[in-house]
Amino acid sequence: MKSMSAWERVMLARNPQRPKAKDLLPHIFEDFIELCGDRHFGDDAALYGGLATFEGTPVTVLAQSKGRNLQENLECHFGMVSPEGYRKAQRLAKQAEKFHRPIITFVDTAGAFPGKEAEERGQAEAIATSLKLFATLKTPIIAIVLSEGGSGGALALSVADRIYMFENAIYSILSPEGFASILWKDESRAKEAAELLECTSFDLLDKGIIDGIIEESEGGLHQHQKTAILLLKEILRKELGILSKKKVKQLLDERYQKFRVMGNV
Amino acid sequence: MNQLFKKRKEQISIVQQFFNRVVKTEVKVVEASQIVICDGCKQAIAPESIKANQGVCIHCGYHMRMGAYDRLSLLLDEGTFREIDKKRTSFHVNDFSGYKKKLYQYQQAANVNEAVVCGSGQISGMKVAIAVMDSYFMMGSMGSVVGDKITKTIEMATQKKFPLLIVSSSGGARMQEGILSLMQMAKTSAALARLDEAGGLYISILTHPTTGGVSASYAMLGDIILAEPKATIGFAGRRVIEKTINEKLPDHFQTSEFLKEKGFVDQVVTRHQLKDTCAKLLQLHQGVNL
Repeated sequence: MKSMSAWERVMLARNPQRPKAKDLLPHIFEDFIELCGDRHFGDDAALYGGLATFEGTPVTVLAQSKGRNLQENLECHFGMVSPEGYRKAQRLAKQAEKFHRPIITFVDTAGAFPGKEAEERGQAEAIATSLKLFATLKTPIIAIVLSEGGSGGALALSVADRIYMFENAIYSILSPEGFASILWKDESRAKEAAELLECTSFDLLDKGIIDGIIEESEGGLHQHQKTAILLLKEILRKELGILSKKKVKQLLDERYQKFRVMGNV
Repeated sequence: MNQLFKKRKEQISIVQQFFNRVVKTEVKVVEASQIVICDGCKQAIAPESIKANQGVCIHCGYHMRMGAYDRLSLLLDEGTFREIDKKRTSFHVNDFSGYKKKLYQYQQAANVNEAVVCGSGQISGMKVAIAVMDSYFMMGSMGSVVGDKITKTIEMATQKKFPLLIVSSSGGARMQEGILSLMQMAKTSAALARLDEAGGLYISILTHPTTGGVSASYAMLGDIILAEPKATIGFAGRRVIEKTINEKLPDHFQTSEFLKEKGFVDQVVTRHQLKDTCAKLLQLHQGVNL
């Protein structure tokens, strides 16, 4: 599969058939209980969060959630999170810390919601506060980039001890379309831009941004999701085992260093 | 009644003559290429009067963009600035779309090697760690070097127990450096989390423009957030939002005053009062810091 072009992977990442977080969660966790609201303004359907057990261990799950049909997508802004979504994530993350539960996040968003109300309610502050909070949360955090990881909106859920990407997921500073429009003032050259953007799981592994890739079968995740789920569960089992044995100070020092060295020469 | 009209006519002609003279003398003194047009009121101003008024328009009070070294002169006591990483540049990067050439051109033109100048200095005798962004350098965009210099400044504040000041002026993360630019948001925010845990004071100063990835990381994380009047501050670009919601946004949307109204800025402070305000805040935190 390594021979695919970046654009082919973008297409797979955006394939409407590709499973969403809500499709996968029941196959990974048991006893999911949804928890809603940021306790300040409202509940954001683009950020699906709650409690569950992973093979018997209680965990907090925070998932960026795209809709499975138009109605759902209108409710969740096509998976673009609003400030109240990030604040819900912050609330549930603090709760996870309080009750010593590991956090598992699923990243799947084209970016934070660029709406009028989102700005009025402090989209920038909500993302910034998430980044700062997750950097020092005294509990293990594992981030899984499921399909699309776009800009600060995705980063807000990927400050973690371990970051894994599904093979055909993409993760970048902005969309290939946005990149093309900045480089050449021409959105239609997104295909070329995708190659320059270095947004595939292999690019990110090369750059030391992610810790590993969850292999997908030929044709993408929507063709054979069972195998990929088994691989993901194996990774979670292994990493939760390693991370939960670490002393808090070591966990936080390593998390700090992980991001501290990114981009350094 | 007639007399009244006559008097008014005379007054108008006096005012007109005055304006004509002002415009004429300005054209005489200043060469056309040197005239600066204020972004706020679109009136012409002579460069000397801008400089004398710290980059604030003498007609309308609009705060023009300010280079990093001018800003440092404005804020710090004379001769106290000790710069770190002065010579660091971003030459190790991928080169597409002429990025390297662009960097070189900005280094020649903007009088700085990167979009942020960092170090330590004193404000009314009180020591501070300070990072000042320069939007004349590639729109103040944050790449790996900018992110790393800012992180080092935050770490210096934590280690040396200095209060921290960051003056933001940036269009956001630097697209040319891709995902590594994005990660600088996480890196700087993590360093601020540590400063916070150590009990350090951080004053964030927002100037025109503070948008994108910079607004969504350190700019919005100050214990105290000050903004210069009428600066553009926000996460998503105005045009992107207008396209998303399919309506025109009001003029004051994403301005300093708008953010204060919505509860995201403590105070809007004019450039002339900025140093005094910072000094007062630092004074109030003397002894309790760290």
